[in-house]
Amino acid sequence: MDEQRLDGNAAGGILGEVFAFEMTTARTACAHCGAAGEVGSQMAHMSEIGTVVRCSSCDGVLIRIAHQTEGPNRYFLDLRGVEYLQLER
Amino acid sequence: MIRVATLPRRLAWHIGEVVETSPETPRTKSLFLEVPGWEGHRAGQHVDVRLTAEDGYQAERSYSIASAPETGRVELLIERLDDGEVSPYLTDELRTGDGLELRGPIGGWFAWNVREGGPLLLVAGGSGIAPLMAMIRHRIAAGSDAPVRLLYSSRSYEDVIFRDELEDLAARDEALQVINTLTRSTPEGWTGYDRRIDQAMLKDVAFSPERGALAFVCGPTPLVETVATALVGLGHDPARIKTERFGPTGG
Repeated sequence: MDEQRLDGNAAGGILGEVFAFEMTTARTACAHCGAAGEVGSQMAHMSEIGTVVRCSSCDGVLIRIAHQTEGPNRYFLDLRGVEYLQLER
Repeated sequence: MIRVATLPRRLAWHIGEVVETSPETPRTKSLFLEVPGWEGHRAGQHVDVRLTAEDGYQAERSYSIASAPETGRVELLIERLDDGEVSPYLTDELRTGDGLELRGPIGGWFAWNVREGGPLLLVAGGSGIAPLMAMIRHRIAAGSDAPVRLLYSSRSYEDVIFRDELEDLAARDEALQVINTLTRSTPEGWTGYDRRIDQAMLKDVAFSPERGALAFVCGPTPLVETVATALVGLGHDPARIKTERFGPTGG
């Protein structure tokens, strides 16, 4: 399975399917270490299974998101690693 | 007058029409697209491109936009990866008049507007030039005189993407400096850098840290990580270094 380790900026597409806000400039605080920063500056691990956004300070998982296209059109979103999200237009 | 609040919209897929294609180097090609309903982009943003096979299998890739926002067109720079699922189709099969499914623009983080000013330090490896080219073209189209230095790593002289345009722009503009390094082969008489980007090279090329330049770094993951680490080591503010990595795979 190919997996790409990219910048959080690369997750802007799939996050933009779910959120109606520009997500690469959204600020997060990591629930593991408390580091705050923009989603674009975190790390993104992307594969066919889904996308995992990890904290660039502690490598803890911030966001997991997957899109199931076979059968029902369904998204799975896990935000446990995010203490808060600050969204701006 | 009634002001209607614009609600944010989620990303949707559109069909862009290929209006022109242009080979750039032996391994890269530019696609120029017109996208109905395109609301414009910021320099540095990308789009996702989606191909669908007859059996319904889909593959998605992200490509940076190389054109200035002022042009209204979307130019994508495609590097052909021989074992890629997507890029050989885009470089070899796609023709003028064909449609291409895409969505965007995506990503406000790795983006620059002339209003943010300079100096601007741009560091690219290979096809990582694309979003940085959008910034250079935007700066010129918007009439900005922000100081810009581009450090650009390519394998050989023939592999320097947008070479003629960059040479031409730099020759006419004192505030724009283009510094090439060639990592595999150099033409006869080459007096420029001929090695991978390292901290010593960045020390020579980058603005001094106290000038507070905004740095954008785009290229293969090892290059991006080397450059970001070296810039921090030289005293540059990590908060002003923005990176965009290509993965080791994809295409």
